[in-house]
Amino acid sequence: MTDTLIQGRTGPWEIVLGLEVHAQVASRAKLFSGAAVGFGAGPNAQVSTVDAGFPGMLPVLNRFCVEQAVKTGLGLNAQIHRTSRFDRKNYFYPDLPQGYQISQLYHPIVGEGALEVERDDGSTFTVGIERLHLEQDAGKSIHDMDPHSTYVDLNRSGTALMEIVSRPDMRSAEDAAAYVRTLRTLLRALGTCDGDMEKGNLRADVNVSVRRPGEGLGTRCEIKNVNSFRFIMQAIEYEARRQVEILEDGGKITQETRLFDPGRGETRSMRSKEEAHDYRYFPDPDLLPLVLEEAWIEEIRASLPELPAARRRRFAEQYGLTAYDAGVLTAEDERAAYFERAAGGRNAKLVANWTVNDLLGRLSAEDRGIAESPIPPETLGELVGLIEEGTISSKIAKTVFEKLWAGEGSAREVVEREGLVQVSDTGALEAAVDKLIAANPDKAEAVKSKPQAIGWFVGQVMKETGGKANPAVVNALLRARLGID
Amino acid sequence: MTELTALTLTDAVEGLRTKRFSAEEITRAHLEAMEGARTLNAFTVETPDRALEMARASDARIARGEGGPLEGAPLGVKDLFSTEGVETTAGSRILQGFKPPYESTVTANLWRDGAVMLGKLNMDEFAMGSSNETSAWGPVANPWRSRGSNASLTPGGSSGGSASAVAADLCLGATASDTGGSIRQPAAFTGTVGIKPTYGRCSRWGMVAFASSLDQAGPITRSVSDAALMLRSMSGHDPKDSTSLPVETPDFTQFVGRDVRGLRVGVPREYRVDGMPAEIEQLWEQGVAWLRDAGCEIVEVSLPHTRYALPAYYIVAPAEASSNLARYDGMRFGYRAGGGTLTEVYENTRAEGFGDEVKRRILIGTYVLSAGFYDAYYLRALKVRRRIADDFDRAWETCDALLTPSTPTAAFALGDKDADPVTMYLNDVFTVPANLAGLPGISVPAGLDANGLPLGLQLVGRALDEGTLFSLAGALEQAAAFRAKPERWWS
Amino acid sequence: MAVDAETVRRVARLARIAEPEARLDPLAREISGILGWIEQLNEVDVEGVEPMATAVHATQPLREDVVADGGDPARVLGNAPRSDDGFFVVPKVVE
Ligand SMILES: [Mg+2]
Ligand SMILES: [Zn+2]
Repeated sequence: MTDTLIQGRTGPWEIVLGLEVHAQVASRAKLFSGAAVGFGAGPNAQVSTVDAGFPGMLPVLNRFCVEQAVKTGLGLNAQIHRTSRFDRKNYFYPDLPQGYQISQLYHPIVGEGALEVERDDGSTFTVGIERLHLEQDAGKSIHDMDPHSTYVDLNRSGTALMEIVSRPDMRSAEDAAAYVRTLRTLLRALGTCDGDMEKGNLRADVNVSVRRPGEGLGTRCEIKNVNSFRFIMQAIEYEARRQVEILEDGGKITQETRLFDPGRGETRSMRSKEEAHDYRYFPDPDLLPLVLEEAWIEEIRASLPELPAARRRRFAEQYGLTAYDAGVLTAEDERAAYFERAAGGRNAKLVANWTVNDLLGRLSAEDRGIAESPIPPETLGELVGLIEEGTISSKIAKTVFEKLWAGEGSAREVVEREGLVQVSDTGALEAAVDKLIAANPDKAEAVKSKPQAIGWFVGQVMKETGGKANPAVVNALLRARLGID
Repeated sequence: MTELTALTLTDAVEGLRTKRFSAEEITRAHLEAMEGARTLNAFTVETPDRALEMARASDARIARGEGGPLEGAPLGVKDLFSTEGVETTAGSRILQGFKPPYESTVTANLWRDGAVMLGKLNMDEFAMGSSNETSAWGPVANPWRSRGSNASLTPGGSSGGSASAVAADLCLGATASDTGGSIRQPAAFTGTVGIKPTYGRCSRWGMVAFASSLDQAGPITRSVSDAALMLRSMSGHDPKDSTSLPVETPDFTQFVGRDVRGLRVGVPREYRVDGMPAEIEQLWEQGVAWLRDAGCEIVEVSLPHTRYALPAYYIVAPAEASSNLARYDGMRFGYRAGGGTLTEVYENTRAEGFGDEVKRRILIGTYVLSAGFYDAYYLRALKVRRRIADDFDRAWETCDALLTPSTPTAAFALGDKDADPVTMYLNDVFTVPANLAGLPGISVPAGLDANGLPLGLQLVGRALDEGTLFSLAGALEQAAAFRAKPERWWS
Repeated sequence: MAVDAETVRRVARLARIAEPEARLDPLAREISGILGWIEQLNEVDVEGVEPMATAVHATQPLREDVVADGGDPARVLGNAPRSDDGFFVVPKVVE
């Protein structure tokens, strides 16, 4: 693991990071009620009397949500607890209608596991997973609709969340972001959470502490609900520096919950929640122990798709890709599927180059995903095929790519329609070469003593033929005519 | 014709089916009786329009030969059960004006079977109390009075309105609920029959929660057969309640009148508590003699942890209540007080909306769950609860049911036990163990004390074995031949 | 265990119940009395006893992932002390 130390006035400090990621389960209905889960509905349009905490209303657990938690647990190579329980976490807040959140403190559904995280440079490290539990989300309080009142929308109230708690195994903001990115990729591959951070469907609580390298853990602060990779990194960097400054000034860190303000790039204490918390957890008497049949767990295990880490290894081995390309191509299910369809029977490395550099580059410039690619995978494969068989040069291929992007037909159609076939016919090229030498006798003479100047002649022929000449053939012809060996 | 309001539920249903009288007639008779009995303060809401509408619909079904098992029978509903569009307050000011947009499963089952709703019955606030004095809408009076006295007596609690209305012939039967004795104790105090079935037999969906792991609905009626008839309709698995038992409901009425010869009835040694009035002791012995005469085998059993049931209950119930009642915060329904900040609004709403007993229990519940006390109080109480349940399991090795007094005393005067909460709590000493263990218990009127006040005997059975209880209760009922009625001083 | 006025104040605050200063001492006495009576539970040997949170000998039933509720804001807003534009309106929350 690469340690990124903070250089303080008094020496280096190490950052210690643990994350609690809240991932919204991709279910149709809520964890304990039949109201819809969704984004963008009118206020309180997806709320049942259960979600609103009405008198006499009772929770019944959603099977699909349990299955997603198990699936995610298996994806994290974690222990699946055959028996788990639900507890109540009691506190008052207007967007918490029951006055408690149903969660799993004492007996979570998933226990210890591990996630292999990949950094941008392709290197990897392992983050320990402490637990994964199911819990309800709260509603939404809107503070800016009225100067004297808060408006409450309970649409999100009762939505199923998986809280995934990591060990404090990360040592830099980049690694924390890489962990969340890898986790997100896993959740998306499993289909258990859509990972949409903008909608708040994936958000992280970041526990930050600092210490002198080699010393025991320092006091941590928890930064709540950070919902983008950039904010996670900014929040950590700000918070770590804040703690170092306090410690270097001889102060002490108070364990507290803090909020990241993206506008100012700062974390600040959540003063209203500072009052001594006492959640009075106890087993929810409206629910019974959740017992999972071994057969069901095995059924879920059998249904798991190929996971990103395994796929990354397979891509590197089977297709001979670099770690970087394999990482990029397996970061999303759709990408991997696209690549595999394009690469069928072709030079996979070349297909990977075109996919990563040309296609993904172009898509990301336009903020589009691979599902929205105007070039179907078969077409990109065909393009690579044309290069492989020598029909077009890599240079011409760039031109063809543009036309494919514009939707002008299949690769072969474009090449034929536009007459972009590479000219390897010696007869046609001999004439051009002879004509060129005749028109430039002095240059032809000079090249005999300075063979590297042959490049100029090659360039001229390519220009003459509109780039369609096969450069290898042109080169051979020129050498023969000019008497270079 | 005999007075329609004095019929048993069983006889009334038969009279309706055979068209000796109409649902509208018997409903009107009850509405009149209710009007004349308002001094009892048994009803918090009367729903005459709805009652007549339901009664006419019943008559139409009876005319078509389609009636359900309770067709046309006018019943009262404890205000703990949500009734769609009808104010449901659970006896609390904090729910004043609350009209649920749903119907509780238990009441929906009754209406499905043809019953007619007369109105909502008064109760201790959030079912916390044993005298009905904690109701925000004032105490209910027991129709019974001590011989030669005009003093108002408690009907017991928390289902005091239910018991009082049934005893005073204001309804043929009433829904009730029992968390620590709230069906059986008021039944005993009013000369009525009350059964708390096995935990999970009746759905809790739509019933305002007090202590979720203990709350159980049941009927209060004027006969054992009536209780069986009404409980059969109230019961049934409900997928909306995770703790509802996925079992078939037997026809409980078939068990009443069955031969009880050979059944082993246990008499728990530890229920002979210090200071128990001689009359209660004698009644208990009488009950034993009746069952022996009916052919039961009487065995002495030991339930060594009995004395710890009440203190364990007074941790478990307040703990669950402190959390269950957090939703009454003035934000989405019910009462909202003023205040300068959100916290002040919360605190004032709950200070003004809840009565003293409810607040006391919320504070105790909050305290025993709070950091540092959870293990010492709450967790220990749950372990003691297990010990109590184990005691019963051991008892079932030698007997099929237990016979005990229902209460340690007869009905007491309103205001009598205000001073010390623990004295009031002791009312439930015989009833609480069955709640902790989730077992069925029934109280049957068995006699009158020296002051002419009713006393009850309790039978406790194995989980899901209400059948045996109904058979034994039927035998007790027959032997006791309890026919006394309170004098109608209220109308 | 004896509970003092300060503890009552803290617990009342946790429970969001305004208790006037004058009530704290009487409440502390009452609650101490009740807790004192409850403390007889310490006589019970609970070594190795599994806590009993429910009387039901069954496991948690599961519901299918089907949308069958909600979709009617008026139903949940109908009893609200204040609502506006489809929202519950509550006293200002100060962060
Ligand atoms: Mg957290
Ligand atoms: Zn959480």
